[in-house]
Amino acid sequence: MDANIIAAAAINGLLLGGIYTLVASGLTLIYGVLHIINFAHGSMLMLAMFGVFYLLTLLGIDPYLSIFIMVPAMFIFGYLLYKGLIGRLSSGKDENILLVTLGLSILIENLALMFFKGDSRTILVSYSDTMIEVGPAFVPLPKLISFAVAMALCAALGLFMQRTDMGRAIRAVAKERVGARLVGIDVDRIFAISYGIGLATLGAAASLMMPIFYVSPTVGHVFVLVAFTVVVLGGMGSFLGAVVGGLIIGLTESFGGLFLGESMGQIGISLIFILILLFRPSGLFGAKA
Amino acid sequence: MSRSAKGEGHPMTTASDLKPIPWKLHLSVLAVAIAFPFVFPSSFMVNFGVLALFYAFIGQSWNISGGFAGQLSFGHVAFFGVGAYASTIVQMRYGISPWLGLPIAGLAGAFVGGVIAVLSFRAGLKGSYFALITLAFAEVLRIVSNSISITGGGLGLLIPMKIGAQNLQFAERSGFYFLILVLAAGSVAVAEWMRRSRFGAQLAAIRENEDSAKALGINVFAEKVKVMLISGAIGGIGGCFFAQYFLYIDPLIAFGTDKSVEMLLVAMIGGAGTVYGPLVGSVLLALVSDVTRTLTQIQGLSLVLYGGLLVVIIAFLPNGLIDLFSRKRGGGKPGSKT
Amino acid sequence: MMLQVSNLSKVFGGLRAVDDASLQVEQGRIVALIGPNGAGKTTLFACIAGFHAASAGQVHFMGQDITGWPVHRISRAGMVRTFQITQPFAKLTVHENIAVGAYQQFHDRREAWEHARAVARQVGMEALLAQPASGLTVAGRKRLELARALATGPKLLLLDEVMAGLNPTEILEIIGIIRAIRDSGVTVLLIEHVMHAVMSLSDHIHVLSYGKIIAQGNPQEVVNNPAVIEAYLGRGSADHGANTPTEVVHA
Repeated sequence: MDANIIAAAAINGLLLGGIYTLVASGLTLIYGVLHIINFAHGSMLMLAMFGVFYLLTLLGIDPYLSIFIMVPAMFIFGYLLYKGLIGRLSSGKDENILLVTLGLSILIENLALMFFKGDSRTILVSYSDTMIEVGPAFVPLPKLISFAVAMALCAALGLFMQRTDMGRAIRAVAKERVGARLVGIDVDRIFAISYGIGLATLGAAASLMMPIFYVSPTVGHVFVLVAFTVVVLGGMGSFLGAVVGGLIIGLTESFGGLFLGESMGQIGISLIFILILLFRPSGLFGAKA
Repeated sequence: MSRSAKGEGHPMTTASDLKPIPWKLHLSVLAVAIAFPFVFPSSFMVNFGVLALFYAFIGQSWNISGGFAGQLSFGHVAFFGVGAYASTIVQMRYGISPWLGLPIAGLAGAFVGGVIAVLSFRAGLKGSYFALITLAFAEVLRIVSNSISITGGGLGLLIPMKIGAQNLQFAERSGFYFLILVLAAGSVAVAEWMRRSRFGAQLAAIRENEDSAKALGINVFAEKVKVMLISGAIGGIGGCFFAQYFLYIDPLIAFGTDKSVEMLLVAMIGGAGTVYGPLVGSVLLALVSDVTRTLTQIQGLSLVLYGGLLVVIIAFLPNGLIDLFSRKRGGGKPGSKT
Repeated sequence: MMLQVSNLSKVFGGLRAVDDASLQVEQGRIVALIGPNGAGKTTLFACIAGFHAASAGQVHFMGQDITGWPVHRISRAGMVRTFQITQPFAKLTVHENIAVGAYQQFHDRREAWEHARAVARQVGMEALLAQPASGLTVAGRKRLELARALATGPKLLLLDEVMAGLNPTEILEIIGIIRAIRDSGVTVLLIEHVMHAVMSLSDHIHVLSYGKIIAQGNPQEVVNNPAVIEAYLGRGSADHGANTPTEVVHA
């Protein structure tokens, strides 16, 4: 196989991976802080993507600009959802939360089916067809923009967690809940904020993904497995893991498609998920259970 | 339920669920089920009955491993799909009778159940991690069946129509009804036997507290594998029936997440860990489905309601709807109300 | 010798929870394992019963080397432990809980249920049989742990602080029950903080401190042993009399 084709696949994989990182960072944050598995992550991304779609088609807002609406909107949605529902269960067994978030994802997905019907949609903007040369590959401009913004947002999130008081409080709660409470941190508020941030990353990811991906009510399934694989590969709760994991999974998807074909190529992600859980459940950077 | 009971123990079952159900109740339910197609002989109603019993059957597959043994699974469709493809492929390629396809599908489902169980439980996976890995296994099967020719790839398999009871293609829909009735009754019998047996008690112990179960001499790994074998077999047989009823399967039908969700929903909303939970959940889902579709012409509303119901039940009522039934019968469960 | 633990060590990361501990339990005796909080007693139990793999050393039970055996195999061989923090089968009734233990001996449901009832009578729980286990008080749960383990027909019972959280009357009852259990032919090894119970019940005592066995002997010998006194008083932990709650129950 031509080295150029492989290199092109690698580049495309990395660009894709950058976005997966953003999606996964929200999931890993929610797990790291609240210790809950947010199974609704995929369907909420789908919802956010529809939001971006309609912001364009109904209000003419460019998807990349819609970030400024989607991020705060999803944050508020997440905060309220935590306060109203998720928070009630955070002390129970974690299967409960998994089931509740499963129920939510069923609810959201079927609501979407009712309102949006089953068709796939994507967004075309004026610069959708502009190709940029990156080494041996020709990459659509939106893909580059999305990658760059996604990486920038991940860096911003990382800085937020390291440098700000709120970020420190969140990390404190993630590390030691009781201790954090004892030093006066309002743990429940941190939980709600963290869940809000987790969903806010989905809002950003949705804006970045709409110009590149198709959305339909059922894409939540695909995204959920991808997001979980990234998180499990990188290590539950590890931000660095989400970055590395995201890039690896992006590459896996790209090479999978290249070497195994369109259909079989998707198998790489599920196989990685299975193998990690069976043989190294703490992932690359996660804490040993 | 006494207040200290909420949140304690496994989230998905009612108390005292090892209590045997009186024979009279079993016979009454069976009598109603047998009478149903005679009282409502229209094609629409018989179809309703078939689907209700079908989902009760595959829901029981989920219930046995998820409700009785407490192993939450998001990928139960894997057994269904493997059974559907197994019986369909041997029928179409080798001319094997679909009646033989039923046990073949059962074996295929059991095999997959065993493989998943051995791999996952050897690795010590439990709870949410086990649920997620079952999802991944089902997804792998979907991708594979979408990509190879023996399963017809993305186009799936169309079973040639050859009406005749010997081909498991009944001229009268009621033929299918009575077949699925026998299967569903069988699954209830299996569930009831488990409740009354040593095996069932040990599964309940494993569900409630694995360490204590081990300390009392239970080989937790072996029992978990056994229950997955049984659950897989039932799921597989369900797949064969489905293929014969609709005469078509493809990777999305056979391995898509829809069936996994439905199996879980009917069992949990009806009452996981009870013998008739899946039937209650399934009848209700079928009713809600038909009512909402007729009244509102909206597709998918029933699942919206069911998803919401799942959320409400887990968050606010951990025992499922069947608890309402037991209270109505005069509080048949001792100590269940404080 | 029913139980022979030889040079058992258990290391967690950098911490030596159990350090070269050896102890013996003769058949038909009641033997106690005592020591200040954090000495490693429960860890030692867990290693003996197979819940942890020992980092070094062996365990011989009735002449067999059971080191490294899985928990259920050890249980079926006749050594059954209870848990310090009770772990009932919460959504099952008391009767069903005990029956799970009985099922180790009896494969028939009727026999298992009958045996469970008999065991419940033996520990004074017959009135509670129909109650869900989650509704029990601390004392009830402790008794349930005991009853469940007893129903398996063990040869050696490992009781981990079965008296913690009980009031004086309950403690007296349990003492009587344990003695009756021993009289019926079961050997008992117990971890306990309730000193007067330990003194009145035990034939032999081992003392564990910082993971090491620092003394053993009959009750009189141990109580007068300066190393033992230092281990308890010298570290600032006062003598534990009755009513040391080690399990907080949320109403």
